Amino acid sequence: MTTMLRENLTGRILLVLLMAITILPFGSLFVTALHPSGTYPSGLSWPDDPQWGNFLDAFQAADMGTLLYSSVLIVVGVVPASLLFGTMAGFAFGHLRMPGHRAGFLLFVLGLTLPFEGIITPLYYQVRDMGLLNTRWAIILPLIGLFMPFSVLWMRAHFVTMPSDLSEAARVDGASTWQLFRRIHVPLAMPALSSLAILLFLWTWNQFLLAIVLVDEPAKRTMAGALGAFQGQWGTDIPLLCAGALLILVPTLTVFLIFQRRFVAALLQGSIKG
Amino acid sequence: MSAQVEGRRAGRARRPRAIWLGWLFAAPAIIMYATFVIRPLLLTVQYSLYDWNGIGASTWVGLDNYRRLLTDEDLFSSIVHAFELIVFFSGIPVLLGLFVAATIRDIAASRLAVIARTVLFLPQVIPLVAAGIMWSWLLSTTGTANELLSAVGLGDLTRAWLGDFDTALPAVGVIGAWVLVGLCTLLLLAGMSKIDPALYEAARLDGAGPVREFLSITLPSLRQEIGVCVTVTVIAALASFDIVYIATQGGPGNATMVPGLEIYYLAFSEREVGMASALAVTLVVLVLACVLPIQRLTRDGS
Repeated sequence: MTTMLRENLTGRILLVLLMAITILPFGSLFVTALHPSGTYPSGLSWPDDPQWGNFLDAFQAADMGTLLYSSVLIVVGVVPASLLFGTMAGFAFGHLRMPGHRAGFLLFVLGLTLPFEGIITPLYYQVRDMGLLNTRWAIILPLIGLFMPFSVLWMRAHFVTMPSDLSEAARVDGASTWQLFRRIHVPLAMPALSSLAILLFLWTWNQFLLAIVLVDEPAKRTMAGALGAFQGQWGTDIPLLCAGALLILVPTLTVFLIFQRRFVAALLQGSIKG
Repeated sequence: MSAQVEGRRAGRARRPRAIWLGWLFAAPAIIMYATFVIRPLLLTVQYSLYDWNGIGASTWVGLDNYRRLLTDEDLFSSIVHAFELIVFFSGIPVLLGLFVAATIRDIAASRLAVIARTVLFLPQVIPLVAAGIMWSWLLSTTGTANELLSAVGLGDLTRAWLGDFDTALPAVGVIGAWVLVGLCTLLLLAGMSKIDPALYEAARLDGAGPVREFLSITLPSLRQEIGVCVTVTVIAALASFDIVYIATQGGPGNATMVPGLEIYYLAFSEREVGMASALAVTLVVLVLACVLPIQRLTRDGS
């Protein structure tokens, strides 16, 4: 019994320690952001005169409103289209199972582990030739393609579990395939769809490589891409950089804390299926 | 009735229209995937066989780029670094995750366990770029890491962790480990909750201690979850880009250069598109070569 207790205690101490290490960078960033702009403060010291105005300065310096707007536009361009295309293909491969569906599905499985760096070079020339370089489409269109393997796999896994009796009954009632999809299967797929939507939102919002390669103007990038540019520009003004970095974290952290359960569940399922 | 339905289904499948419809549904996904993934992927392979600066004419060089990759010390070291990062990105999160998940499970009902699940997961949600910025500040000369060391009397150890040739790569590794511990913990925790408690009772009756229990029951039951953790984290290590780009830009010297970053420099600063593509092809092959065996090993048992 005493050994159990002791183990429990060691475990708890380690857990608290690990939590402290997880929080430490956030705390350090926050404290530093409160120091006078342009100074080179040290580590974890609380400033004598907290400069709350730094957050306002960073908000203006980074043109945060524009960045937020740009990120939202990109998310709106990527997520609904990915959901729709992924669901339609998942429905075809998992439920309609037309001849050749296995081969088609395998094609998508192939792309599942592909690192984005593997295709970024030709993607640049392709997007340039399409005349889309330095527009938000340069991020939106490739991301839809890059998210397809995961989206199709995710939705197919859902449709495979749907009983075919359901479709037979609807067909007897005279439903066309599109009606069957739209009226019966999409509403039933809502839980799978919402988890997928969370994942795609997060991956789009945090996308960095495509943003810095395909779009020069930070104001047209994702939040993560803009943060990279902000670091280049304000890298020497540490407090301002820290304030800006914190501001950029606020949207995702807020969404995460509100939808915490869904987020964790989606991310866990996501990595298992991936 | 059921025969009739069967007949109907077979009839439908034979109709050409049904085939056509199925592929019509899959068409948008296939078009986007083919245009923005398959085509670029094939082009990467093609570019990798040429010497091209991205603007002028290209010359066919066959496998020369790959030969250079194997002989050029700087290029090859980027691949070695990626494998060294696996120790940090995979090793630490999986081992620590096992320990932490076991602890959280033991105290599942307590408030601490609930808070820990949220807190440890935070790094998963923020952009890797932000993790890079946070940690480069934390590990800088006047950063918190050095301050803590001085505070406990280890002032001699202080240094610019990301700027020192010996510590830069491990420091980048620590950032990756920080990001991935939470994900592994939660995955393993989910796996543990599926283990039948009767197994533990039986083991306890046989006089097994906590260590024995962990080795004989917990670990084997988590085979699949461990496989998932290793797969996800190995890909994160081999294809690392964001953290390194922000924290060290590959430096000091070449100490933290990884394939992802090298591809970016080669293609977009040094204008060596062929060489960048050869490295890209190699990276894709390496990821597959690492991930496929892990999948086989961990999926077959279940």
